[in-house]
Amino acid sequence: MSDNKNAKMKRIYLDYAATTPTDQRVKDAMGRFWTEEFGNAGGLYEEGRRAKENLRASREQIARAIGARPDEIIFTSGGTESDNLAIFGVSGAAKHGHIITTEFEHHAVLEPCQRLKKEGFDVTFLDVGEDGIVKPENVKRSLRPETILVSIMYANNEIGTIQPIAEIGKIIKEFKGGGAGYPYFHTDACQAAGYLDLNVNKLGVDLMTVNGSKIYGPKGIGFLYKRAGVKIKPQIIGGGQEMRMRSGTEPVALIVGLAKALEIAQAERVAESARLAPLRDYFVSEIQRRVPKVILNGHPAKRLPNNINISILDIEGEALVLYLDAKRISFSTGSACTSESLEPSHVILALGKPYEFAHASMRFTMGRSTTKEDLDYVLNELPNAVLWLRKVSPLNLEAGAKSMSHPEAFAGENLKVKAKSKSYK
Amino acid sequence: MNNKQDIDVINQYTGEKWYYSDIVKDHFFHPRNLLWERPKDESEYDAHGMVGSPACGDMMEMWMKIDPATARVKDLKWKTFGCASAIAATSMFSVMVTENGGLSVEEALKVRPQDVMLRLGGLPNRKIHCSVLADKAFQKIANDYFRKTGRFDKIVVEGARVIDPRLNITDKDIEEAVLEGAQNLEDVQKKLKVGVGASEEVKTEVEQLVRFYKDKYYG
Repeated sequence: MSDNKNAKMKRIYLDYAATTPTDQRVKDAMGRFWTEEFGNAGGLYEEGRRAKENLRASREQIARAIGARPDEIIFTSGGTESDNLAIFGVSGAAKHGHIITTEFEHHAVLEPCQRLKKEGFDVTFLDVGEDGIVKPENVKRSLRPETILVSIMYANNEIGTIQPIAEIGKIIKEFKGGGAGYPYFHTDACQAAGYLDLNVNKLGVDLMTVNGSKIYGPKGIGFLYKRAGVKIKPQIIGGGQEMRMRSGTEPVALIVGLAKALEIAQAERVAESARLAPLRDYFVSEIQRRVPKVILNGHPAKRLPNNINISILDIEGEALVLYLDAKRISFSTGSACTSESLEPSHVILALGKPYEFAHASMRFTMGRSTTKEDLDYVLNELPNAVLWLRKVSPLNLEAGAKSMSHPEAFAGENLKVKAKSKSYK
Repeated sequence: MNNKQDIDVINQYTGEKWYYSDIVKDHFFHPRNLLWERPKDESEYDAHGMVGSPACGDMMEMWMKIDPATARVKDLKWKTFGCASAIAATSMFSVMVTENGGLSVEEALKVRPQDVMLRLGGLPNRKIHCSVLADKAFQKIANDYFRKTGRFDKIVVEGARVIDPRLNITDKDIEEAVLEGAQNLEDVQKKLKVGVGASEEVKTEVEQLVRFYKDKYYG
């Protein structure tokens, strides 16, 4: 069958922001922890003591990589759990108050914040502007005496824009007047961990989310950095592991893998960034040269070196994904057709762009295996696919359009209740 | 569905997998009756219709020619902005109304989205939403044809009827909610983000409509 033949041919994987393959060095480091070193770190006997020792070593390794103390690292099942623990943990301990976040956070932060809002917390969702970068002065203006938490992602998962975390950290510190206590500052650094400096003191964060599956580590593992003294209410209780902050038998193999992956990512991040940034810029300029009506989403330079997010007008994301999948190219889209809610990317909408741009948004994220040859292959195939789908499409949109549709049009001609407070005219 | 199918779409947030049948793929990659170039002169065709909006992520335009001798659909050309299901469903619909000498406009109006889906070898449940557009576009084009041929009694206008006057919720809104997967009153409330059906009377009416549209599109 031709499908099987295709499957054996090399695929161009450009969805590293979704997940990365596990690094061979990480896999090797984990190797002995499946059948040999299987002990429960809670055991007093030899196997348990060894597991505990490996756990301690991994915790120290991670603490070193981010400039923290070992007892400030809480292992979790990944990014979503760490984000949930940060948001629900802080709100649960404080019981009431005000939270500041952004309109384009990952759903693992956004949805907990939306739930808290329903439950009576006051939540400010900051605008991220056309470039997809939060303005520190907006954070400053939103801070109140009753603010308990500020949660702003380090780099956005869809458009890769890098947020001024250190600057915001300083603002929050100044607001607190040097004292400890509220508001706490949380950042989701899942996408940033492979490319940016994670030193928690330079960033001025109190809580930080990192996971393994985005940095060539194993899936199903992550951690929440929690500065000493920061009060959170544990969300998973039972055996009292992780300093009582997160119960459950520690998956030592995964933790060893995560520590190794983070160490490698941080050691190689500068060189890898320097390699990928020119490739990113090359791809963006070439695609815009070869295909008309392609718009880059997010700031062109203040973004992760591996992130390309473009809206290719007049075509719909799922159709292009399937077309290029047949050409052995993998990438993702912000189109409603691939989302559970049938709603298009909230990130593209947060940039103030119309719904049409969100349905047409395509994300290509590069990684360690990506070469210029890979991109040239995509640059050859993509224009043909776009040309074809534009033939199929009855649309012909204006590239500069900012105000084409009512958000309520998405839900149906007569449905006005879904319209957001934001005006898209 | 056969068992050697590859997964075609994986939701990045939920991990839900969708499968497209080989027929869907065939019609997506090789659409039939696609209109390549817009007609220079609209009168080349006997009727024209358009539905959807780009903001919805689905939009469709159709052009029709009627055989003057048989009064059957001779040609049904189209353009679609949408996902693979929308493109494949339009393609299949155009085949169904033109094959074997073509259907009369009245017969073609009786082709239901389910019939198209059946011919496509099924669609993922949540993608049914994308497949009803051809049906609606054809109603538009049929109306245009009836109007042009002076058979005004045949024209069916889908007028929205207000069901919940307090919230100005119409039957169209309920239809949309069902197409987006609502199964009952509670789901409709969730989709519409308002507590539709505050009074018993309205509630019953909404429930009836949910059953009606569920039957219409999924039955």
